[in-house]
Amino acid sequence: MTSIQLLYTALTAYACGAAASLLVARSNRLARFASFGFPLLGALLGIAASLTALVEGTAESAAVASGVPLLEYSVRLDSLSAFFNLALSVLAGAISTYSFGYVAGLPSKSAAILGFFYNVLLLSLTLVFTASNVFFFLIVWEVMAGAAYCLVSFDHGKQETRQAGILFLIMSHAGTALLLLGFLTLASSTGSLSFSAYHHAGGKLPELQRGAVLLLFFFGFGVKAGIIPVHIWLPAAHPVAPSNISALMSGIVIKTGVYGIVRVFFYFFDIVPVWAGTLVLAAGVTSALLGVLYALMEHDLKRLLAYHSIENMGIILIGVGSGLLFRAFERPNLAAVAIVAALYHTLNHAVFKGLLFLGAGSVLHAVHTRNMEQMGGLIRRMPFTAFGFLVGAVAISGLPPLNGFVSEWLTYQALLAGFGATGSLTRIMFPVTGALLALTSALAAACFVKAFGITFLALPRSAEAAEAREAPLSMRFGMGVLAAGCLALGLGATWFLPLFDTVTEQALGVRVSSGLVTADGWSLNAGGAVSTAGIAVALTLLAPIPALLTLLWKRGGDRRTGPVWDCGLPGLTAANQFTATAFSKPLRMVFSAVYRPRREIQADFEVSPYYPRAIRFESEIEPTFEKGLYNPLRSAILAIADRFRAIQAGSVHAYLAYIFVTLILLLVFGARA
Amino acid sequence: MTTASLLPALMQLALLLAIAPLTGGVMRIAKARFQTRRGPGILQPYRDLHKLLKKGMVIPDTASWLFGAAPYVVFLSSLLAGLMIPMVAADAPLSFFGGVLAVVYLLGLGRFFLALGGLDSGSSFGGLGSSREMTIAALAEPAMMLAVFTVAIGAGSTNLSTVAHAALGQSWRFFAPSQMLAFAALLIVLIAETGRIPVDNPATHLELTMIHEAMILEYSGPYLALIEWGASIKQLVLMTLLVNTFFPFGLSPAWAAGGLPASLVWYVLKLLLLSGVIVLIETTNAKMRLFRVPELLAVAFVLGALALVSTFLF
Repeated sequence: MTSIQLLYTALTAYACGAAASLLVARSNRLARFASFGFPLLGALLGIAASLTALVEGTAESAAVASGVPLLEYSVRLDSLSAFFNLALSVLAGAISTYSFGYVAGLPSKSAAILGFFYNVLLLSLTLVFTASNVFFFLIVWEVMAGAAYCLVSFDHGKQETRQAGILFLIMSHAGTALLLLGFLTLASSTGSLSFSAYHHAGGKLPELQRGAVLLLFFFGFGVKAGIIPVHIWLPAAHPVAPSNISALMSGIVIKTGVYGIVRVFFYFFDIVPVWAGTLVLAAGVTSALLGVLYALMEHDLKRLLAYHSIENMGIILIGVGSGLLFRAFERPNLAAVAIVAALYHTLNHAVFKGLLFLGAGSVLHAVHTRNMEQMGGLIRRMPFTAFGFLVGAVAISGLPPLNGFVSEWLTYQALLAGFGATGSLTRIMFPVTGALLALTSALAAACFVKAFGITFLALPRSAEAAEAREAPLSMRFGMGVLAAGCLALGLGATWFLPLFDTVTEQALGVRVSSGLVTADGWSLNAGGAVSTAGIAVALTLLAPIPALLTLLWKRGGDRRTGPVWDCGLPGLTAANQFTATAFSKPLRMVFSAVYRPRREIQADFEVSPYYPRAIRFESEIEPTFEKGLYNPLRSAILAIADRFRAIQAGSVHAYLAYIFVTLILLLVFGARA
Repeated sequence: MTTASLLPALMQLALLLAIAPLTGGVMRIAKARFQTRRGPGILQPYRDLHKLLKKGMVIPDTASWLFGAAPYVVFLSSLLAGLMIPMVAADAPLSFFGGVLAVVYLLGLGRFFLALGGLDSGSSFGGLGSSREMTIAALAEPAMMLAVFTVAIGAGSTNLSTVAHAALGQSWRFFAPSQMLAFAALLIVLIAETGRIPVDNPATHLELTMIHEAMILEYSGPYLALIEWGASIKQLVLMTLLVNTFFPFGLSPAWAAGGLPASLVWYVLKLLLLSGVIVLIETTNAKMRLFRVPELLAVAFVLGALALVSTFLF
C-alpha cells in the first residue's frame, strides 16, 4: 500500500474506535477493547504510513470535495507531516496499551466516553498534521481543541479541573483567532485556500504584512506549544487530565504548535527576516529557562512534568530558531542540522515525556495524590514503574547514553557552528544560548533528582505510599515500550538520522545524515564526534573494574543492613526526611529575583521559641505572568464588557434595531465593493 | 576498535586509576606544608582506599538498589570521561566516542546518580548535600560551557584530540586574552566542581561544609572507596582538561614510545603546578557562605562570556 492508503486505514481505525467505544458502552471490558484496541491498530498503521513516506520522500496527497464552497477535505503526507505522525503514532501505540489497565477501574460508561474522545483526539491530530486546506485545517484544529477540552475536563467534579478546562479553551481559541487572521492574510494575497499554494508564497508579501503574518502564526501556534508568555494554560490543564491523556497532551498535542511554526516558517517562507529567527530563538531560551525554573518549585508531580514540557518546547524552539537564522545567513546545511536537532528532540520528548507521565499516572493510581510530599519509598513497592521513571528522568536530563543527550548534543553543535555562520556581532548570541541551554539542562537534572528522589526513594511519607501497589501488566508494558524507545533512540541515533533526510530535503534542499554519521556508522559527527552506542559499550566494558576492585579486597569485610546513621541521630522517621520544598530551597534563594518568594512561619510555644508545640509554614512564589500580564488583561476585558452591557438592555426592539442597522451598513459596504 | 587503539586505552586507564589518588595526596601534603604542618604523607589516599576496600559496610535499611548502583555509576562515568581527554598524548584513546560535551555530561551522569544515592537513605544530611551539590553544579554549568565553547571555537571542534592538536600548533597562544579569561573561568568551575575551598571543604564532613561530604555521609566501606576514587578521577580529569588545553607543552602528538616518557614528565610537572595554584587558593581563602557561591560562579560566567567576546575582538 502507498503511504496515503496506509494513512487512510489508520484514520479509519481511529474512527472505528470512536464509534465502537460508544456502541459497547455497557461493558467496561468491551469498551476498553474497543476504545484502545482500534487506536493501537491505528497507531501501528500510522507508523507504517509515516515510515513509508519518510523513506520514499514522496509527498502524496488526496482530496475529497466537500460540497461546501472553499472547503476541501484534502490531505498531503509530505515528510514533515509524516515525521510528526510518526511521533504521534509511536506515542499513541504505547498509551493505548497502557490505557487498557489504566481505565479498568472506571465505570463502563466513563471508560467509553474517555475512549470516544481519545479516538477523536487521535483522529484529529493525524489530520492536523496532514490537512492541506485552510478551512479543513482549522476545522480539525478546533476538533482537536474540543476533544482535548473534553478530556481535560473528564474529571469535572472538581472545581480545579473545570477552571483548567475553561482556561485551556479560552487560550486555545485566542490562538486560533490569530491563526485565522494569519491564514486570511495569506489567502487574500495568494487567492487560494490550499497549503500547496502557500509554499514559498510568504516571501512575496509586502514587508509589513509579512511581519504581521509571521507574528500572528508564531503566537497563534505558540499558544498550543505552550511557549512563555502564552503558556499559563499548560501547567493548569495537563495535570488535571487523566494521566494517559496528560501523556498524550504533553507528548504530542503541544507539538502541533511546533509543526505549525515549522510548516509556516520553513515551507511558506523561503526566507524569514533575521528578527523573526531571533524572536523564535529568544522565545526558546526564555521558555526553556523559565520552564525549568518553575518546574523546580513544584511539588505536584504532574505540574512539575507540565512545566518541563514548556522547558522542552523551549529547547525545540532553540533548534528551530537557529535553523531559521542559519537559513537567513545562507547556510542551508547548518540550518538542516539545527532542524534535525529540533525534530529529533521533538520525537525524543514525545517518548520520554510520555513515559514520565505514564509513570506519574501509575504512581497516582497507587497513591491517589499528586503531591510529592506524600509519596516516597515507592521504588520498593513499585519497582517497575520506578525503573521506567528513572529511565525517563535520565533521558529528559540530557544525560548519556539516552536519547535526550543526542538531541541536546546536536543542538549544541548547531549553536557552536552558528558562531561561524555570520560575521556580525549577533553571532555571540549562539554560544550564549548554548550556555543557557547548559544551565537549563543542569537545572533539569537537579529537578529530576528531586522528582525521582522524593517520589520513589527513602521512607514512604504517607499511609497510601506505604500501601502502594505496582501497576497492572498492560500499564507496565506501555511504559516499557517507551523506556525501550528512550534507549533505542539514544543508542541507535545513527540509524534514525537518515529518516530526517527527506524532511530537510523538502524544506531546505539538502540532506545531512551522511555528513552527520561517520563512515563506519558508529558515531555522530558534527563539529566533533560522539557515539552513544560507544559510550554504552565502553561503560559496560569498564564495569568489571570496580566490581573486581571490591571483590579483590573484600576478604574480611561483610555487608550488613543497619539503621540510617544520620550523623548519630537515631530513629529516622518519614517526618524528618528531606522534602521536595527543602530540596529546591537553595535554588529558590539563588533565583529569588525570578520567584519573588514569600513565606510565613507561625510557631506556637509555651516556654521558649526553641521548643515550639506546633509550627505552621507557608511558602509560595509569585506567579509573575498571571499577576503582571493576565490579571490586568482580564480586568481590562471585563471593564470593556461592562461598558458594552449598556447596549444589551434585554429589549427585543433594540436588538431588532441593531440587526437593521447592521444590514444597512453591510448593504452600503456591499454596494461600494 | 583495533588493537592499535586498545593499548593506549589500557595505558591511559592505568594512569588514571594510579595517579588520581596521588594528585589528592600531593595537594593534601602541599596544603599541610603551607600551614606549617607535616601532613599525612603523600601516599595517604592509597592507604585510605585500601582501608575502605578492606572494610565491611553498613547499608541503611531504608535504601534501595539505587544506593548500591550509584558508586558504580560515579566511578565508571569518571573513568570513561578520563579516556576521552588527552593526558600524555594529544590523541585521546576514546576521543571518537565523544568530545568535551560528552565529558561534561558523563560527569553529570555520575553526579545525578550520586545525588539520588544521597536521597536514598532518607537521612536529612544526604538530602541536604544532594540539593546543594545539584544547585552548585547547575550554576557552574553555563560558565563551564562558555569557557569550553571558547576553546572549541578556536580549534573548530569539540573533540578534545583535535583541540589538543590545534593547541600544539601554537604553543604561546596562552597569552591571548580569550585563553586567559577562559582559563580563569574554568579554574573557578574546577574549584566548584571538585568541592574545594572556597566553595566546599574536602577535609571535613560536618555541618560547616555540607555539600559533597554530606551527600555521601551514609556510604561506608567499598562503596565509599569507589566514590572517593571516582571523585579523585573526576578531579584529575578536570585538571588534565585545564592543563592540556591551555598549556599543551610537552604533549606527545601520538602514542609513540619515543615521546611518551618526556611527555609524562611534562604532564606531571604541569599537574604539580596546577595543584600548587589550587592549594594556594585554598590556603589563602576562607570557605564562603553557601549563598555567596552563586556570586563566585557568576564571576566565572562573566569571565567565560568575556573570553568568548574576545575571540573575535582581539
